[in-house]
Amino acid sequence: MTTLVVAEHESGALRPATLNVITAAKAIGNDITVLVAGDGAADVAAAAANVDGVSKVLHADDAAYAQEIAENLASLIISQASGFTHILFAATAAGKNVMPRVAALLDVSAVSDITDVVSADTFIRPIYAGNAMATVQSGDDVKVISVRTTAFDSAAETGGSAAVETVAATEASALVTFIGEELSQSDRPELTSADIVVSGGRGMQNGDNFVMLDEIAEKLNAAVGASRAAVDSGFVPNEYQVGQTGKVVAPNLYIAVGISGAIQHLAGMKDSKVIVAINKDEEAPIFQVADYGLVADLFDALPELSKALDG
Amino acid sequence: MKILVGVKRVLDYNVKARVNADKTGIELANVKMSMNPFDEIAVEEALRIKEAGDADEVIAVSIGPSQSQETIRTALAMGADRGILLETDELLEPLAIAKLFKHVVEQESPGLVILGKQAIDGDNNQTGQMLSAITGMAQGTFASKVELNGDTAKITREVDAGLESINVTLPAVLTTDLRLNEPRYAKLPNIMKAKKKPLEITPVADLDVDVSSKLKVVEVNEPEQRSAGVIVNSVAELVEKLRNEAKVI
Ligand SMILES: Cc1cc2nc3c(=O)[nH]c(=O)nc-3n(C[C@H](O)[C@H](O)[C@H](O)COP(=O)(O)OP(=O)(O)OC[C@H]3O[C@@H](n4cnc5c(N)ncnc54)[C@H](O)[C@@H]3O)c2cc1C
Ligand SMILES: Nc1ncnc2c1ncn2[C@@H]1O[C@H](COP(=O)(O)O)[C@@H](O)[C@H]1O
Repeated sequence: MTTLVVAEHESGALRPATLNVITAAKAIGNDITVLVAGDGAADVAAAAANVDGVSKVLHADDAAYAQEIAENLASLIISQASGFTHILFAATAAGKNVMPRVAALLDVSAVSDITDVVSADTFIRPIYAGNAMATVQSGDDVKVISVRTTAFDSAAETGGSAAVETVAATEASALVTFIGEELSQSDRPELTSADIVVSGGRGMQNGDNFVMLDEIAEKLNAAVGASRAAVDSGFVPNEYQVGQTGKVVAPNLYIAVGISGAIQHLAGMKDSKVIVAINKDEEAPIFQVADYGLVADLFDALPELSKALDG
Repeated sequence: MKILVGVKRVLDYNVKARVNADKTGIELANVKMSMNPFDEIAVEEALRIKEAGDADEVIAVSIGPSQSQETIRTALAMGADRGILLETDELLEPLAIAKLFKHVVEQESPGLVILGKQAIDGDNNQTGQMLSAITGMAQGTFASKVELNGDTAKITREVDAGLESINVTLPAVLTTDLRLNEPRYAKLPNIMKAKKKPLEITPVADLDVDVSSKLKVVEVNEPEQRSAGVIVNSVAELVEKLRNEAKVI
């Protein structure tokens, strides 16, 4: 019984999400092989080989894997799939894009977004925006799974000494070509792995006012997130969205500012350790999940908070 | 060109889901059901493509119980031309749904299939990718912009670090993200007209499509609830508590 973990990486390093997936793989209990596909990703393969618990790394290097084109990655994974009982992905945008293809090509069901491993064939996953937790059992020969990264700790980046085996690339799809990307640049911690997240909602009124959150985030070394309303209104870009259909975060501290606490937002942050809500409406549902609630106008509270953090 | 859109009937997004008494699923008796919000976005996009002259027919497809006719009628009232219901009372897994969509694709030969990125009941986010895989049609998921260009389309996609764009050759399967468009409301006269639009109903059992699944739901439970916190009276008190009580800053 061996589990294949499909790695994600950027700028020559493993993405933190892959370390969480490796921990989920350990919980399943099999030997762990990591697949690294990339264009010039030898350093990533070497890094994966060092991760604690990894017993083998498969490395495919080809221009077809320079971007995360689902067709190309899925065909590579299928070419390597034989012998594996489990194939694991992170439930990231990239993982969600490829995972179901792999399952369909193997003619098995896919299991999305697991938060717990009960046994090698039984998993727990949230449904209905996390308002229910489903325990599901897979009778398929190969279990194809995506893992909610916030539900599993990171595997240690050292301690392993796996062999790296080069595997052949598969042909690139002629149907899809990559054109370009517009990625936001930030020196801040990444939203899904930050220790502290400060999020703003419609109450922020406009994008310029997010500077107030940036200032606080700077002082706390936090990431900045947002509600869907703030993204839809153009205050901040899409990658800030926390929620059922955005990113799931579970930091030590989540500060929700001018966010009402709709079901869909709560789905993305209610597993945070400590939740703070700042809202002028004492009836706002966000207060029902907040450990500390402050009923206040955010335009008074945020400058004060910023000042208090200096002291 | 024809466009197929998926329209799933789901618990309305404003209703809080409750686990049923025997812990087998969600209580769905006497609760408001609606079209999956991402599917409204899919219908809207298809209509805009048709209105721009790049498609001649929009077909709304739903798989589910008889009441899913209402969901299809909503799509028809928005402006879709006809509906197809593949009727079943079974809860099917995305792989089975994808296989049923493939069956419709083979019959209708659409240039585009537009599905939602995720159904907000099961939160699977699988069907579009699976349909692309088993039909060999190109895949463009989480679309926030679709620009048709003859037999290709430029898709702007919402990814974790921002946006990326890809070019896909048609026919293709697209899935919608929230920022793709703002769906229109069906106007009353159109709701009346929609009642006369064709809606073809076929039992899933009559089709030669394998909808079996080896994935079983063992049980469904309520999530752990957070215990209620405290209301603080000032920013100073908040900071003091975060430092000394919660020790998170
Ligand atoms: C299919 C679907 C998917 C969705 N996915 C997501 C998702 O992933 N993430 C998400 O967040 N939402 C999602 N939503 C949207 C969700 O339902 C809510 O509409 C959204 O979360 C509301 O955002 P908000 O709290 O910022 O805005 P509002 O609900 O408008 O709340 C604004 C809050 O700000 C407060 N406020 C206003 N001014 C001030 C002030 N000066 N000082 C202090 N407080 C102030 C108000 O009291 C209010 O509580 C989704 C919806 C659908 C249908
Ligand atoms: N029963 C269904 N009927 C029609 N469309 C569906 C059905 N199930 C899924 N879909 C489509 O597939 C999308 C993704 O669903 P899922 O993979 O279940 O999250 C939905 O937004 C719909 O467009």
